[in-house]
Amino acid sequence: MKKSVLWGALTVAGLAAGAAAAGTIDDVKARGKLNCGVTTGLVGFAAPDSNGEWKGFDVALCRAVAAAVLGDGNAVEFVPTTGKTRFTALASGEVDVLARNTTWTFSRDVDLKFEFVGVNYYDGQGFMVPKALGVSSAKELDGATVCIQTGTTTELNLADFFRANNISYEPVPIETNAEAQQQYLAGACDVYTTDASGLAATRATFENPGDHVLLPEIISKEPLGPLVRHGDNEWADVVRWTLNALISAEEYGVTSANIDEMAAGTNNPEINRILGTEGTLGEMLGLDAQWAMRAIKVGGNYGEVFAQNIGESTPIGLARGLNAQWTDGGLLYSPPFR
Amino acid sequence: MTTLSDPPTQQFRLSMLVYDTRYRSLTFQALAALLLALSIFYLGSNLISNLRAAGLNISFEFLGAPAGYDINQTLVEYDSQSSHARAAVVGVLNTLVVAVLACVTATIFGVLAGVLRLSNNWLVSKLMAFYVEIFRNIPVLIWIIIIFTIMTAVLPAPSAFRGAEPDASMVMGSFAFTNRGIYTPAPVWGPGSMVVVLTFVASIVAIIAYRKYTTKLLYDTGRLLPVFWPSIALFFLPTILMFFIMGKPVTLDVPELKGFNFQGGIKVGGPLIALWFALSIYTGAFIAENVRAGIQAVSKGQTEAAAALGLRSGRIMSLVILPQALRVIIPPLISQYLNITKNSSLAIAVGYADITATLGGITLNQTGRAIECVLLLMLFYLTISLCISAFMNVYNNAIKLKER
Ligand SMILES: N[C@@H](CCC(=O)N[C@@H](CS)C(=O)NCC(=O)O)C(=O)O
Repeated sequence: MKKSVLWGALTVAGLAAGAAAAGTIDDVKARGKLNCGVTTGLVGFAAPDSNGEWKGFDVALCRAVAAAVLGDGNAVEFVPTTGKTRFTALASGEVDVLARNTTWTFSRDVDLKFEFVGVNYYDGQGFMVPKALGVSSAKELDGATVCIQTGTTTELNLADFFRANNISYEPVPIETNAEAQQQYLAGACDVYTTDASGLAATRATFENPGDHVLLPEIISKEPLGPLVRHGDNEWADVVRWTLNALISAEEYGVTSANIDEMAAGTNNPEINRILGTEGTLGEMLGLDAQWAMRAIKVGGNYGEVFAQNIGESTPIGLARGLNAQWTDGGLLYSPPFR
Repeated sequence: MTTLSDPPTQQFRLSMLVYDTRYRSLTFQALAALLLALSIFYLGSNLISNLRAAGLNISFEFLGAPAGYDINQTLVEYDSQSSHARAAVVGVLNTLVVAVLACVTATIFGVLAGVLRLSNNWLVSKLMAFYVEIFRNIPVLIWIIIIFTIMTAVLPAPSAFRGAEPDASMVMGSFAFTNRGIYTPAPVWGPGSMVVVLTFVASIVAIIAYRKYTTKLLYDTGRLLPVFWPSIALFFLPTILMFFIMGKPVTLDVPELKGFNFQGGIKVGGPLIALWFALSIYTGAFIAENVRAGIQAVSKGQTEAAAALGLRSGRIMSLVILPQALRVIIPPLISQYLNITKNSSLAIAVGYADITATLGGITLNQTGRAIECVLLLMLFYLTISLCISAFMNVYNNAIKLKER
């Protein structure tokens, strides 16, 4: 087993060098399928539904990219990755893009050599405890046993937080969200900590979500976003501007319902440029003129994707908060299409 | 001077390297070695040039940087500000702990099951056959996860011990079985406790000496002194007496529920228990087969001869069969010990912080230094495995049939 890891590592190194040169966009087109790295299952963000079809906020981004590049939102191969395996999967070329609640950090960007193309969810790390424990603040958690997913920023933030507050804890490192949930529900840990959005999504799948509370402290900044390999700027541009197209579409009121009408031409030149009735933006990306239109059509604009998968009308019930458009006091701000 | 019968001296020709059977095998071996060296060189240089192209360099400096993460079972001092190297040491110790514990219990399980499988009692032998087949034929990772899952689901959480009428209570008031682990009292060594410990050591020495003496007496004169009860008495009485004479210097630190968890006493964590138990019960099944094979390799005549001499069946096993069977059992036992050590790398499945989980898991993941970490891991497992084989080979040489 040790040996295969080394060979794996060797091929990773070999492929990473090869893949950067090849041009991911051509690979994807030749393959006719987009390989998208997602979670092993976090309802609302990425999880197969009862028909085995992948659904969720991160999944919608994969589908939008596939629609933009390949013209078909279903031409996606979803590759489940854990916190530990995700970066190897991306670096080795097993996936073309990683959309898996991944925090944009300096070392991942610079040292691990990935390219974060933007932020699709502004998050922060929170704590969930059973109500029966009677805890109302994370500072009261001295001596608690805490479940964490390994290979995440969560692990490091947690150590820093307890250290800074001079309290102790016992970590239980776990590989996937599903296992963590099982350990937490069995009472093998007192607290489960991860990104607040992940906590809300996990709690929504509990039998009695009301028995568990999220503590008020948010102990970190977790800007989550899709990422690709360093060095393939054409491909990074495609993913970046697909995300921006979804965000801009919401800003300018382009929805999956009115997009056909708008595609006939509007009196807003920015919308026309996005939808390809004006200018040659698609061509510049190495795609056709309707790329963004198709991307928006699969799951709707950013706001629609949010509302359908994790918004207030879903069991997960996340408010837009920081993830509102800048025009509504949030942080979402797409650079202009021009 | 030449005689007529001298073989004709033949000149060496190049074609003989292929056509002459004396040289042919050498030629092919040399060719194979050359090919192997070339491919290793090719892979190595490919790796280096690709690493360079990807802008990666092999460096072990990250080992000195703060690890930034916490570990739940640390046998040496460690906190999140300690270095990655320190985290690796913690992992190494944890690997060794579980490997040693599992080797001991697997041997016990294996010998018991192997001997009992040959029992004349139909039920016992079938039960043991069942144990061997079930445990040997399901992957150890599955056993680790099954045992851990059952443990967390069946045992109560520490909070169940709380309140006026708790759902769970401590066994004998001092042992707590929770789904996070087992808490037992820890001895506290007060002043004067050294004397008690020394008394205990002395009585162990005395037991060994007494047993030696009875054996010698038996061989010399044929007189059989009782062994079992005197040994038991020697084991307990002097130590207990001294304990009271010194005024009970050794006290117990009983675990107590404080806050979220039990505090005080000794904690054996759930992950350790699950991993330890799974490894021993799984490998025990293999060892049982080795033991059975070893016993069956001793010819039936030996048993019959011993029986004819009037030995009871227990004695036949321990005095005649097992010593001879050991020679067959030990070599495969070495590879079972190696298997245990290597299989302990599955620890992360239950969140046990062994070397694969710390250096090969969290450190690798947080620093992205995959090649360095994997190289270190390989080096560690190789060293440990070679040490185990070396040690066991020494033992094997000591017990093997001495031909005179
Ligand atoms: N944002 C953090 C944590 C990411 C993470 O592991 N999130 C969890 C819960 S929010 C997850 O997606 N789990 C799904 C799985 O186990 O596959 C990071 O990038 O390190």
